[in-house]
Amino acid sequence: MPDRIGVAILGSGNIGADLMYKLLAQPGRMRLALLAGIEERSEGLARARAEGVATSHHGIDAILADPAIRIVFDATSAHAHRRHAELLRDSGRVAVDLTPAAVGPYVVPSVNLGAHRDAGNVNLITCGGQATIPMVHAVARVTPVRYAETVSTIASASAGPGTRQNIDEFTVTTARALEVVGDARQAKAIIVLNPAQPPILMRNTIYAVPSDPGFDRDAVAASIAAMAADVAAYVPGYRCRSDVVFDERETPWGARTVVAVLVEVAGAGDFLPVYAGNLDIMTAAARRVGDDLAAALAATGLEAVA
Amino acid sequence: MNAPRLTDTTLRDGSHPMRHQFTPEQVARVAGALNAAGVPVIEVAHGDGLAGSSLQYGFSAHDELELISAARDAAPDADLAVLLIPGIGTERELRAAAERGADVVRIATHSTEADISQQHFAIARELGLEPIGFLMMAHMQEPEALAGQAALMAGYGAACVYVVDSAGALLPAGVQARVRALRGALGAGVDVGFHGHDNMGLAIGNTLAAVEAGAARVDGCLRGLGAGAGNAPTEVLAAVLERAGRAAGVDVFALMDAAEHVVAPMMAFQPMADRASLTIGYAGVYSTFLLHANRLAERFGLDARDILVELGRRKAVAGQEDWVLDVAVELAGQAAGAASDDTTGVGV
Repeated sequence: MPDRIGVAILGSGNIGADLMYKLLAQPGRMRLALLAGIEERSEGLARARAEGVATSHHGIDAILADPAIRIVFDATSAHAHRRHAELLRDSGRVAVDLTPAAVGPYVVPSVNLGAHRDAGNVNLITCGGQATIPMVHAVARVTPVRYAETVSTIASASAGPGTRQNIDEFTVTTARALEVVGDARQAKAIIVLNPAQPPILMRNTIYAVPSDPGFDRDAVAASIAAMAADVAAYVPGYRCRSDVVFDERETPWGARTVVAVLVEVAGAGDFLPVYAGNLDIMTAAARRVGDDLAAALAATGLEAVA
Repeated sequence: MNAPRLTDTTLRDGSHPMRHQFTPEQVARVAGALNAAGVPVIEVAHGDGLAGSSLQYGFSAHDELELISAARDAAPDADLAVLLIPGIGTERELRAAAERGADVVRIATHSTEADISQQHFAIARELGLEPIGFLMMAHMQEPEALAGQAALMAGYGAACVYVVDSAGALLPAGVQARVRALRGALGAGVDVGFHGHDNMGLAIGNTLAAVEAGAARVDGCLRGLGAGAGNAPTEVLAAVLERAGRAAGVDVFALMDAAEHVVAPMMAFQPMADRASLTIGYAGVYSTFLLHANRLAERFGLDARDILVELGRRKAVAGQEDWVLDVAVELAGQAAGAASDDTTGVGV
């Protein structure tokens, strides 16, 4: 596999494990060279060894020591990533950041996949961002969006301590990315945890208020359907629960027709449970972005050889 | 016998039936009347707390900071409280509210999710606000489990943790079991509170039961102006507590006047246990779903009670107003499907 690009996963937790199974099942242009954690006897490292994946418990140092690793998926924490980002940049590796650190520009595969290939570090925002930004963008590419608002509801069982200790980070980062990547003039994000048993699938409601009250409803509905298919191409469990709803509402911008989209995300069940669509959409997005970066690196390599 | 500390939340829970249209002038009049009646704590915010103004919950007619300032100016003696629901409001809005003169923040989570509030308790302490935990939809948790969540909030620095019957679904025995469980789990320095809704006609009875079980802080709204069938009417609660030998230190007649002459004329409607509100208590769903369910039932040609019962079956929690739309769309689709089946049958 000489034309495959060496990649590594940093972080041996649940996200790292799920991403590992995705990369093994669908490597694309990538070759998983290493899974690095910091706990020698962690379950995650044992699981990787059982799959025949090279492992290390020396974390970032093990990655820096292997020049064949060109792309690094960071599935640790925002705090750790800020340190890793510098080290990876200085050694010329490309970082795909699954934490909310937001060191690099935001990427949502179905919206701006190749936009930041040269940035050296790209950030995958939040699970809610990955699930909702495509829909806001689907409206905005048809008619300007004055305001977008999203509500992501996730099963309590799928919300880890990192999310719970800094839930403000979710709302602030998601709202910002809805504006920057989704192309809404102004945005707000809400997250709700639901503890029902059996756990619910991840659910997202996306509201968009077009600036033009007379926007083309059919064009918006068609754009949303096309976008849902684009996302489902890399997140198979992503679907709209119903037709788009056009709801007449009083807003701060006057009486407006609000576009409402109801989305459900079932996980692929690669390692994490099916209900954890919120985690699956992050690892699926990471795999898609990694594959794109790997293809770009491979193409650069061919040019150099030629 | 101990007398509980009263919090009036007309200007927060009442934001729901007012469709978040309170004006600074209205807020000033209500807050001024409550202050004059000696109410020690007045809560002001969007019904869904700071930053609640949204498509999901309803846009506020006026900036919440203007409303907080109006209340602050009109009520110099009372403590001013705001509500913060993590996942909706953030540190930014809490800091802004503190700058406008808030003294207290009630930090609300679903009754199983206390650990998402830790960062907000830390910020509240840093800002010098009195932090209070607010465990919503308390009927969905057994007393011991609820007490465990309350202990987490106490560990984060809560001065008081409330049993919040957001659905108005608890009966007096259930209220007392939960208040006692919290009382037993929390240290002497941490109060237990109770916030009721009148969906099954028990807001006053439940609140009295809570006080008898050890609740040191309780909530009311003038004229019962709150979500669903409303809350315990503050003026009624004050009179009942006095007759129960637990006078809350407020002027009962001044509260009657405030309810009658200040709040009643502002109200779009009188919250009561009508069939939709009663269904909320009966099915155990969040009281603020009321107006959303009524609106969408009308739009999709449904009975609001069917929507509410289905939301209860799905175990929807606080803040999930978008699920009202989801259920309405689904029920309307089923109804359309059934109708077209009928047509086929007629044709055959």
